[in-house]
Amino acid sequence: MPQAREPRELPGKLIAVEGLDGSGKSTQIYLVKRWLELEGYKVFFTEWNSSLLVKRSTKKGKKRHLLTPTTFALIHCTDFADRYERQILPMLHAGYIVVADRYIYTAFARDAARGCDREWIRRLYSYARHPDVTLLFDVPLSVALTRIVAGRSQLKFYEAGMDMGLSKDPFESFQIFQGRMYEEYQQMVDEFNFVRIDATRSPALQQREVRDLLQKSINLPRYRWKIQPWGLPR
Amino acid sequence: MGTTTVMTKRFYAKGLPDIDLSQLKGKLIVIEGADGSGRSTQIAMLRDWLEHLGFPTAEIGLKRSTLVGRELEEVKRGNILSPLTFSLFYATDFADQLENIIIPALRADFIVLADRYIYTLMARDIVRGVDPQWVKEMYSIALVPDAVFYLKVSPRGLAERNFRKNGMLDYWESGMDIQRSGDMFDCFIRYQRQMQRLFLTMQHSYEFEVINANRSPRTISQELSAKIEGLLGLQSASHEPILAAP
Repeated sequence: MPQAREPRELPGKLIAVEGLDGSGKSTQIYLVKRWLELEGYKVFFTEWNSSLLVKRSTKKGKKRHLLTPTTFALIHCTDFADRYERQILPMLHAGYIVVADRYIYTAFARDAARGCDREWIRRLYSYARHPDVTLLFDVPLSVALTRIVAGRSQLKFYEAGMDMGLSKDPFESFQIFQGRMYEEYQQMVDEFNFVRIDATRSPALQQREVRDLLQKSINLPRYRWKIQPWGLPR
Repeated sequence: MGTTTVMTKRFYAKGLPDIDLSQLKGKLIVIEGADGSGRSTQIAMLRDWLEHLGFPTAEIGLKRSTLVGRELEEVKRGNILSPLTFSLFYATDFADQLENIIIPALRADFIVLADRYIYTLMARDIVRGVDPQWVKEMYSIALVPDAVFYLKVSPRGLAERNFRKNGMLDYWESGMDIQRSGDMFDCFIRYQRQMQRLFLTMQHSYEFEVINANRSPRTISQELSAKIEGLLGLQSASHEPILAAP
């Protein structure tokens, strides 16, 4: 059984990015992945909520508004466990650099913002190891909101946190919900050693900072392909 | 009819957010036991008896949630989930029924008959090597039932009942997913023994009543209804159907 009780050193490295919707973290992690790939490192990319296995239930739950804060938390944790055990952990054992677009802290922030008990959520995810580096893309709430809402005519029900009855207006509800998540993220910075990245700056500038940081904290040459996989440009 | 002792419900630990426990007036009665222990028979008889007396009932059971019930059934066929993922999937199924059936029914003063509860789920997870403490904390969201009856049948007896009913033993109830050696019968006996051992260790911390279910359905049912009468504050004469009252 995988258990985070005695986290032993694994050959691989885990890098996670976190932040509000609209913080630009997906762009940044994509660029990190491309960089590592093109440099010839063993890299694997994973994103939140992408397992096929329980996707159908999640979809149904969302479409029919069946989810409560507790079942929302549990179903996402199920999904994550599947992905963690099939992909993330084996990749780490095999010596890959795993880059994760959102990790367990997304659940911590989101489920706490929905009113689940913080301790219960942390225990629920205790099977998962903490990343070697977690980057928090930090933008003021108002900036994130503007970026997300601009060009969107509609927000999805759960995305807007409409299940909590915060407001009848999806946009207002979204603001309150994101505000809560923002608070949760801020509180986790020290708890989980996040590296804060100022995400109000230009994407290229942020990327340079991120690459510098990763180069310093990870012995990258160790992760170069020993044998070039067939067909991979070098 | 006598007066029902009003005991405020509680969760095992912190429980669910935003639930006013004082509003949960109904009773939650859990019947636990392996496949072939007679659970469904007993629940059907209890339901008839309670409805005859004029009590509204609701039922829950494993894999019955709208949210993930069907999906769980499907992945079970393929044996493609790890114990941890299974554990969480089942917990989702449970939580969905807890919030959408059990709690609303208790609020409406119904008697909820649970065809298995967190104990089977916990035992199954633990037998498969999931950390017991973790499982326990996950299920700390559960409501403490008003009564838990564990129908205990010897593993051999269970095997016989399963043969008689289905002509074969169930893959999961034989723990085939975790055993490598021996034929299915051996596996079944071994697995059921392990499960029983776990149930008996849970018996005290979770206050089960162990019912000897090697006996006839009728005898067991009489014992159960006698115990539930006390719980509902009924006089023993209330076997009289209340609908037939003047």
